[in-house]
Amino acid sequence: MGLNRVLFLEAEDQIKCIYIALRTSMVQDPTQFDVLVMPNLYGDILSDLCAGLIGGLGVTPSGNIGANGVAIFESVHGTAPDIAGLDMANPTALLLSAVMMLRHMGMHDYGKKIETACFDTIRDKKVLTGDLGGKSKCSEFTEEICRRVRDMD
Amino acid sequence: SGALLISHPIVLITKKMCAFQPPPAKYGGRHTVTLIPGDGIGPELLNHVKELFRFSCVPVDFEVVNVSSATEDDINNAITAIRRNGVALKGNIETLHTLPASHKSRNNLLRTSLDLYANVMHCKSLPGVQTRHNNIDIMIIRENTEGEYSSLEHESVSGVVECLKIITRTNSLRIAEYAFKLAREKGRKRVTAVHKANIMKLGDGLFLQCCREVAAGYPDIAFDAMIVDNTTMQLVSKPQQFDVMVMPNLYGNVVSNVCAGLVGGPGLVPGANYGRDYAVFETATRNTGKSIADRNIANPTAMLLASCMMLDHLKLHDYATMIRNAVLTTMNETRLHTADIGGQGTTSEVVQAIMRNIQRSRRLKLHLY
Repeated sequence: MGLNRVLFLEAEDQIKCIYIALRTSMVQDPTQFDVLVMPNLYGDILSDLCAGLIGGLGVTPSGNIGANGVAIFESVHGTAPDIAGLDMANPTALLLSAVMMLRHMGMHDYGKKIETACFDTIRDKKVLTGDLGGKSKCSEFTEEICRRVRDMD
Repeated sequence: SGALLISHPIVLITKKMCAFQPPPAKYGGRHTVTLIPGDGIGPELLNHVKELFRFSCVPVDFEVVNVSSATEDDINNAITAIRRNGVALKGNIETLHTLPASHKSRNNLLRTSLDLYANVMHCKSLPGVQTRHNNIDIMIIRENTEGEYSSLEHESVSGVVECLKIITRTNSLRIAEYAFKLAREKGRKRVTAVHKANIMKLGDGLFLQCCREVAAGYPDIAFDAMIVDNTTMQLVSKPQQFDVMVMPNLYGNVVSNVCAGLVGGPGLVPGANYGRDYAVFETATRNTGKSIADRNIANPTAMLLASCMMLDHLKLHDYATMIRNAVLTTMNETRLHTADIGGQGTTSEVVQAIMRNIQRSRRLKLHLY
């Protein structure tokens, strides 16, 4: 099996095979990668690795797509029982998963609006939950996003 | 019960490990080491090693054995030579994906024929190299002979391939024992087993169970386990938490490469493959580096540090320390960094600088007497 992996990029029925030393490159310069497709185990490992690169499971959305458009969207973090019910959790992962769901359903405008509001709130750094270094509650963070969405209209 | 204890596999393995000695030096204190240039950047880097050894008057002679992917003979010659000399230094031999499944990777063949069951990689932050995370000091012990690299695949039904991952109690105990013994030798505090036993309940479950059994015999060393996907996430966000890690073959491949990336890339980290009777040294991430071959831009650090590991194995510690210190001192000069670590230096410039540093340290030693 060895170090080099095959990356299949499907672009309009054209399949390109690229041999790249994947893991070292991913850690050193992840920006060189665009879309990656792979079997189950490698996906498990790489998706967690990439989540670690962008800030962790608290901000990483995901979706599971099946045939006939059947899909389940979910955050991949755990249930976090220690902070459950305390208005402390970061809703970003689940929210962005919902945005993926909206896109899947063809509601791109709604998805874009919510995503932009969420990113702007995080970028602003004024209202952040504990895991992102802030002191705000989950409800405050959500309210800030809602405010931005309202202002967009 | 006394007789049972003596025949317990762990005791037998430990006895065997204690009994191993490096091969005797031949012809007046000079060691003979098998050298396999390999493909890509291997030949040029190993030429630099030979050059440096000659310059430093290291009492090692190299028996060069060329191996290509083409014939079966070459690899058998290499294996015979390593059996004869006991120690080898090698570049990576290219494994072409286009060849049929019956054609086994030459590197893999070497490892399994010589039963080099432990792949050891020491990932340490280097002072002169800019990286996102600092103060990394991780030892990775990877099972090197079985697991997902058993090359056992079949296609009973067209379009459906089954690939066998082999985990054995013997080899799992063996690698765990190696990890704990090494941890104790190096004064390390904690061993982490990396696995995916929640999914591969029997395979990785067995591996984990063996690690736990061995851990019980080392109460001075803490033991914990981490699932491989979480491990890679932790590595890229908080690598300082890891000390010694032990794992089956494929996870070892993944984790080694991630760690190499964390400390600055494949050009910097040496690797070693140890068996009961033989040892083979190479760069940790086993890259052929075809795209940068023969352009005088490859980073010689990994291969040079691998040659130092080899010298330590031959108990030529003074030479190992001298060359290693010269390599690390040179690393501090940013203008000499090669392209892979953000610089514009050439391979030969780096090697020349290392030789100057060796010269300087030798002059210093002479002045002290």
